[in-house]
Amino acid sequence: MKIDIKKLLSNQLLIPITALVILCLVNLVNDASFFTIKLAPNNEGYNVFSGPLITILDYGSELAILAIGMTLVTAASGGQDISVGATIAIAGSAMLRVLCGGVSKPEALAAPIIVGFLVACIVGMLCGVFNGLLVSIFRIQPMIATLILFTAGRSIAAWINNNELPIVPDPKFKYFGGFIPGIPIPTTTFIAIACIVVAALLLKFTNLGLYTQAVGINESSSRLNGINPTFIKFLSFVILGLCVAVAALIKVSRLATINYSVIAKDIEMDAILAVALGGNALSGGKFNMWGSILGAYIIQFLTTTLYKFQVDAAALPAYKAVVVIILVVFSSPVVREKLSALSSKKKAAAKGVA
Amino acid sequence: MEENRVLEMRGIEKSFPGVRALRGVDFSLNKGEIHALMGENGAGKSTLIKVLTGVYTKDGGRISMQGAEDIHINSPQDAQNAGISTVYQEITLCPNLTVAENMYIGRGKSRITKWKKMNEDADKILRSLDIPASASQQLASCSIAVQQMVAIARAVDMDCKVLILDEPTSSLDEQEVEKLFKLMRDLKSKGVGIIFVTHFLDQVYEVCDRITVLRDGGLVGEYAIADLPRVELVAKMLGKEMDDLSDIKGANAAYCGEDADDIVLEAEGLQSDAGIKPFNFHIKKGEVNGFTGLLGSGRSECVRAIFGADRILQGSVKMHKKEVKIKKPLDAMKNGIAYLPEDRKIDGIIGELSVRDNIILALQVLTGFFKPFSKAKAQAFAEEYIKKLNIKTASADTPIASLSGGNQQKVILARWLLMHPEYLILDEPTRGIDVGTKVDIQKLVLELASQGMSVTFISSETDEMIRTCSRLVVMRDRKIVGELSGDEVNQGRIMETIAGGEAKK
Repeated sequence: MKIDIKKLLSNQLLIPITALVILCLVNLVNDASFFTIKLAPNNEGYNVFSGPLITILDYGSELAILAIGMTLVTAASGGQDISVGATIAIAGSAMLRVLCGGVSKPEALAAPIIVGFLVACIVGMLCGVFNGLLVSIFRIQPMIATLILFTAGRSIAAWINNNELPIVPDPKFKYFGGFIPGIPIPTTTFIAIACIVVAALLLKFTNLGLYTQAVGINESSSRLNGINPTFIKFLSFVILGLCVAVAALIKVSRLATINYSVIAKDIEMDAILAVALGGNALSGGKFNMWGSILGAYIIQFLTTTLYKFQVDAAALPAYKAVVVIILVVFSSPVVREKLSALSSKKKAAAKGVA
Repeated sequence: MEENRVLEMRGIEKSFPGVRALRGVDFSLNKGEIHALMGENGAGKSTLIKVLTGVYTKDGGRISMQGAEDIHINSPQDAQNAGISTVYQEITLCPNLTVAENMYIGRGKSRITKWKKMNEDADKILRSLDIPASASQQLASCSIAVQQMVAIARAVDMDCKVLILDEPTSSLDEQEVEKLFKLMRDLKSKGVGIIFVTHFLDQVYEVCDRITVLRDGGLVGEYAIADLPRVELVAKMLGKEMDDLSDIKGANAAYCGEDADDIVLEAEGLQSDAGIKPFNFHIKKGEVNGFTGLLGSGRSECVRAIFGADRILQGSVKMHKKEVKIKKPLDAMKNGIAYLPEDRKIDGIIGELSVRDNIILALQVLTGFFKPFSKAKAQAFAEEYIKKLNIKTASADTPIASLSGGNQQKVILARWLLMHPEYLILDEPTRGIDVGTKVDIQKLVLELASQGMSVTFISSETDEMIRTCSRLVVMRDRKIVGELSGDEVNQGRIMETIAGGEAKK
């Protein structure tokens, strides 16, 4: 065996992959039916896949989309956007307003779905602009800056629709958060893949990655190298705003309506955790987008597993917290160093025996 | 002699992935001695210090103090308990606290702080060491030198037997250095053993008793100061006979193309918000000029204004007689101006990024956001310059932060050379780096100039400027007070101009 233990230990993806393996093992021991996937007709009568794994794929996808934006914000600004859930409510509400034309139970769509989505994109990006301006120009700490929309967001969302809960009449609108007839895989999977591909292309064919990391690590020196740190930070928030709009589309589509106080509640915490779990420093700088995306699915894996163990929905965050503490402690540099020291000691001992 | 030993290190070993940083290094320190630890960057000085202070754990070897049994130093706390204190180049105190608070922070055994007693004690120590600060003064209101001294006072008061000064003088001016030396001599007479790490040869010969020289992680030797003339010390550090430094200017013919008189850049009435008076400046093709003056005289602020690093308030800049607008660094870069900043750590390196990314950064930014280099191309650029500038790094993927200071500086230099600038500004490129690299950089500057590049070279060491620059702009109190060229560029004239001969008129 010629596996370099040190190299393996220093790999950023070690922790998330280990977590995934452990989660799989736990489920395997507990109830192997966790891994069965059934093909059965759903409420609408189409044959679709179902099972815990499909749930993870479905709900993990919206988290993965948010994790993309959150990774960039974290890397560039060294802080996190905690207004994500609230801005999903705002963007979703704006989309409903456009689609239903301000009527609570319309007969037909007031505007094509694509227009509703574009409006959501614009609103999501405007929220990003607001957060981004506070962070980049006024140099307010990201968490404080985004606390504003975190607090006010859901009220703004309710105000957009006069606190009504309009229902989208077109069944096609349900495709985005559900299934497209004839395709047994959740649509969110395809949306997530599209987003990941766009992100990957963006990172490959532009210098977004290099600039973001440079700004996150050393702002002053980036500026002297011709980078505009203010703009890069601002841009990261706007990109997150776009991710928020996509997530809002999925969230609103699932119900065909909105619940202002509950929609996407606490999702910002899961998105931030996804970034951390992916081995990215929450203090910014270097990042690995794949880590965050993987992290997002693992967080959802964890949630689904906990449901499987019949954990009460209200108690869920507490259980999650315990698991997260373990994960984060294990991925901290202190523990990593100890582990790699341990492995080199073992190696030395093995040599001594030989 | 033996009973005088306060510290003995034998056969110290330390390896990092891919590098053997220390190879069986011996070091000893006597009571009441100032012992210089010398070597090029990457020779192992810092590693040895860090082993001694518990920042790194040694792989092998023994450390003993005062002839007693071996001690194990596994953390900075262990080192402190053993009586080893360190004052680093960068001040590690809290500027917003008072002097007394800084001296006692983190040391109180009781939970209740007796403020009055603390202040009295602090004042007593400050007085006994003749440090011009009062206990209740905020640290930030002291000069850097005094802050440095407070750090030393803190260390001394913790009953230290071994005091390590890691490049304490690099940000001090001459008078401040004098004060620091006086303090060091006082401590020496009180029996404290001092390890002094510095790059300034003059300072070594001024205060030290013995010298230990390291090279490439190994011990070269230990010498009494009287037995080791300067030239030999340099030779030992480099492992070769030193080139005749005074002659490097002659070795490189000045640039003398047809366009030798072409003025590359001309600034008129330029002023930034960094607090300098408006100034005029010009540089010709293939010329090496310099800004000189005391620390804080505005040297850096002038070149920063030219590069657009600070906000420009007024003035015009012409390049090749054509007006250009330089509002931000990118504008300057587009016009072929490169700027190596004074503070490598704050303004230069992008610590966690690889050497490769650090090298390509400027050219990449100049090339454009939508045109990233391919991996192969970036690697080729990096390898070309790692070879050209002889950068010591495990690979192009190594994070720049893990390189030694001199090699970091070379990476930053590579970054700007890769851009093939027409006008290169070097602000203190040789600060805090070893003699060998210093000479390399000076030679490089002259070579670049002979190929037609215009260079502005700023250094705190006047003799370095004399060797490289053909024209010197002298600054005092944030304005230009004179210009020297040709034969006028000598130590005497520079001092005179800085001191302000004509100011008395």
